[in-house]
Amino acid sequence: MHDHTAKPQTKAEPSTRVFAVLAEFPSGDEMLEAARKVRDAGYTKWDTHSPYPVHGIDEAMGIRRTILPTIVFVCGLTGALTGLALQWWTSSVYYPVIVSGKPMFSLPANIPIIFELTVLFSAFGAVFGMFALNGLPSLYHGIFNSGRFNSRMSTDRFYISIEAADPKFNRDSARKLLESIGGQSVEVVEERAAVEFPPMLRKWGITALLVLGAFALLPPLYTLRARTRTSEVTRMQLIWDMDQQPRFRAQMKNPLFADGRAMRPQVPGTVARGEAFADDHLHRGLVDGRFAATNALPVTESLLQRGRKKFDIYCAQCHGLDGLGQGMISVRAERLQEGTWVPPLSLHDEVVRTREDGHIFNTITNGIRTMPPYGDQIRVEDRWAIVAYVRALQRSQNATLEDVPSDRRGELP
Amino acid sequence: MVTRMSTTVIREIDNTSNDPRQRPVLITQGADFGPITDSVSAVAEAARPPKIWYVAMGISLCLTGILGASVGYLIWMGTGIWGLQVPVAWGYAIVNFVFWVGIGHAGTLISAILFLFRQKWRTSINRFAEAMTIFAVICAGMFPGIHVGRVWFEYWMFPIPNYLNLWPQFRSPLLWDVFAVSTYMTVSLLFWYVGMVPDLATFRDRSKTRLRQVMYGIFALGWRGSSRQWHRYEVAYLILAALATPLVLSVHSIVSFDFAVSILPGWHTTIFPPYFVAGAIFSGFAMVMTLAIPARAMFNLKHIITLRHLENMNKIMLVTGMMVGYAYSIEFFIAWYSGNPAEAFAFINRAFGPYAWAYWTMVSCNVLSPQVFWFKWCRTSIPVMFVISILINIGMWFERFVIVASSLSRDFLPSSWGYYIPTRWDVLTFAGSFGLFMTLFLLFCRYLPMVAMAEVKSVLPQAGRHPGHGQYWGEITPEENGEDRP
Ligand code: HEC
Repeated sequence: MHDHTAKPQTKAEPSTRVFAVLAEFPSGDEMLEAARKVRDAGYTKWDTHSPYPVHGIDEAMGIRRTILPTIVFVCGLTGALTGLALQWWTSSVYYPVIVSGKPMFSLPANIPIIFELTVLFSAFGAVFGMFALNGLPSLYHGIFNSGRFNSRMSTDRFYISIEAADPKFNRDSARKLLESIGGQSVEVVEERAAVEFPPMLRKWGITALLVLGAFALLPPLYTLRARTRTSEVTRMQLIWDMDQQPRFRAQMKNPLFADGRAMRPQVPGTVARGEAFADDHLHRGLVDGRFAATNALPVTESLLQRGRKKFDIYCAQCHGLDGLGQGMISVRAERLQEGTWVPPLSLHDEVVRTREDGHIFNTITNGIRTMPPYGDQIRVEDRWAIVAYVRALQRSQNATLEDVPSDRRGELP
Repeated sequence: MVTRMSTTVIREIDNTSNDPRQRPVLITQGADFGPITDSVSAVAEAARPPKIWYVAMGISLCLTGILGASVGYLIWMGTGIWGLQVPVAWGYAIVNFVFWVGIGHAGTLISAILFLFRQKWRTSINRFAEAMTIFAVICAGMFPGIHVGRVWFEYWMFPIPNYLNLWPQFRSPLLWDVFAVSTYMTVSLLFWYVGMVPDLATFRDRSKTRLRQVMYGIFALGWRGSSRQWHRYEVAYLILAALATPLVLSVHSIVSFDFAVSILPGWHTTIFPPYFVAGAIFSGFAMVMTLAIPARAMFNLKHIITLRHLENMNKIMLVTGMMVGYAYSIEFFIAWYSGNPAEAFAFINRAFGPYAWAYWTMVSCNVLSPQVFWFKWCRTSIPVMFVISILINIGMWFERFVIVASSLSRDFLPSSWGYYIPTRWDVLTFAGSFGLFMTLFLLFCRYLPMVAMAEVKSVLPQAGRHPGHGQYWGEITPEENGEDRP
């Protein structure tokens, strides 16, 4: 409100100028009556001051209703929409998670947070909107130059001030008006000249603030960058939680043992559970140190059925249900064309067909070249069942007329 | 104490008469703008607070130290130092949280709901109660904060995605709680502060030293009592009250969801939200009483926080106490009426099981003890109401303890039943939270306007004598006014 353009400031002018004419009233009622008259006298830049809100003063001064309620309404609406959007977007678009079997977007469960954010945003609107409309904080104001005002306004006295910025302002007529309507100890409040910062200080001050502000932006920017990139460096742990607890890992040194090894060898003369590989044929696919030519289990229909089931589970995704190598994984990997994929060998390839049963068993157990091992996932018996089924598959693709029983050859097209 | 009122001796004056021919008198002595300002400011302007303030502050600081030590030890060692043990995996921390949050409801209730109901007597106690609210919510917020054990993961509660881009679970009452309590804290703080701005301006204008002038000046934001400012200020205050009213009801409802949304017998009941809200108001008023009675004596405010104010609060305590009692009995009725054996067992176990001692402590403190307030002499006897208010505080703590411990310790699977025994760290942390609460409160009393001066002034008879507005409280005769000075 301290309008510097009210009077053009010239060098010759003294360092103070009139800010307002101020009158004191002993009670709110008297101030109220007087305010009506000031309003009727046609002043626009004037104000009344009281230690508490005097009822009826809005009407007496002709104060228009504030737009604050509208501001609050808009803020509240923003809060509600924020709450809704936040929950809808995060839990059903960005990272859909099913919680207690509810739909991804379940409004009833979202209402508490929508409500809280509505209230929160509205309250911010009410408080900061009120401060902004009231021009607060403004630690300096021309009226504070009156000692009387400072000592009594907030305690028990009521004031009317007519400001010099008013177009109708004239020091003497304003004074006369205030005196005529019962104003006591009418005084002219002079405004102190504004305290000017030295220009150098201001310039450097602003530069320093800008630089500091820029630096303050660095950490959040760095965090943002880190979040959107991958890195080979392990995550920095400020606090070592349970996933980072000190412990001995494979191949580490351990001074607690005489041999200094963290990995402990098996105790001599013992066999671990499930590792008693007594039968070379069954467990290793070897007969006399060479790959066994035959299946270690009697090949029956139920074995073949089981083998088919397990093949479809464990092998088909790469090799395809027919063993030709067109499994889903292989097809997709070829499509991606990343250059790292070695297509699985067709199981009907000459090489595979001439392998011994024991060799195929070994391939499943230990993997081969780029094919991973499955020994730890498939039981021994099932591995042999798969071998039998692979053999059946191979027969199916390389059959001759001799393979068909003579009495059913007539059914062939 | 240096005060301009030193000529008037503040006495206890009985202004509780409800003679319909007269409007009740709310300020009994020196009911004028100047004297009120003087007596409220005297507390902050005195060169030294009364001796008893130092004693209270000393005790509070010791307790706060204990709090700091036990929280520090907790962070160092982990929650293993507490008595938590399956099946009771929620112990003192949640009990204390609900206890403190409940207390924190009276302030906003007094400032918002009583404001909307135009209960003018609220002006003497609202500031005080709002401050209490804020300090209680600080104590409450501390418990969920520390109970996670690894406090450095506190930010997991905030609505930000973790490094796997997973967001917090927005459908959990625990997350609603985070939103509710932090909104409540923020809004209460704003409400308190906005209400205080004109009074801070009064303190600024009365400052004798430069430091005080600058400090109060900054927080008064340059308030100049302009009617144009008052206009927006009053609208903002009204809106805040209208916002805070549903907020205060929602907060404790959501706190009760923490329990009610689970399927544990004894927790899974629809009566919880209203029952918890009533309990919160009940305990909050009890705490206001516990603090107001010594404070008005300590700081010479018996003429502003009068017997009438205390009596009114006692009436509210009687009402809310009965509401709580009603909720207790309805729980039993529903346990029987539902025909659910698990539910029925939970309640028989509550009243006659291993926690019967806690249950009956709760019933006698919360339901039986406030019944004395049917009698006017009890409602107006300072010692009686002080004792009852403390009993209610105890009872309300036990209410939460009973809900948490008795329900959890004996759930569906008898083979895993247990009995919850808190450790000394549980107890020390709880005791320490009182220290924090009291320290903040004593600092508030000493440095901030304890009574909403501007609001009290606006409801004085002197403020309402202009045409078109009735007088609020009728004439106050000089005798009533206590102006017959000795
Ligand atoms: C992850 C994909 C994948 C799965 C699953 C898979 N394989 Fe293979 N397999 C391959 C690839 C790739 C090769 C070719 C390896 C090479 O040439 O480097 C291969 C080769 C083979 C060979 C020929 C090896 C040789 O040279 O004699 C056989 C036999 C075989 N797989 C059998 C199986 C059986 C049986 C299963 C099911 C237990 C199976 N594979 C599961 C990828 C797979």
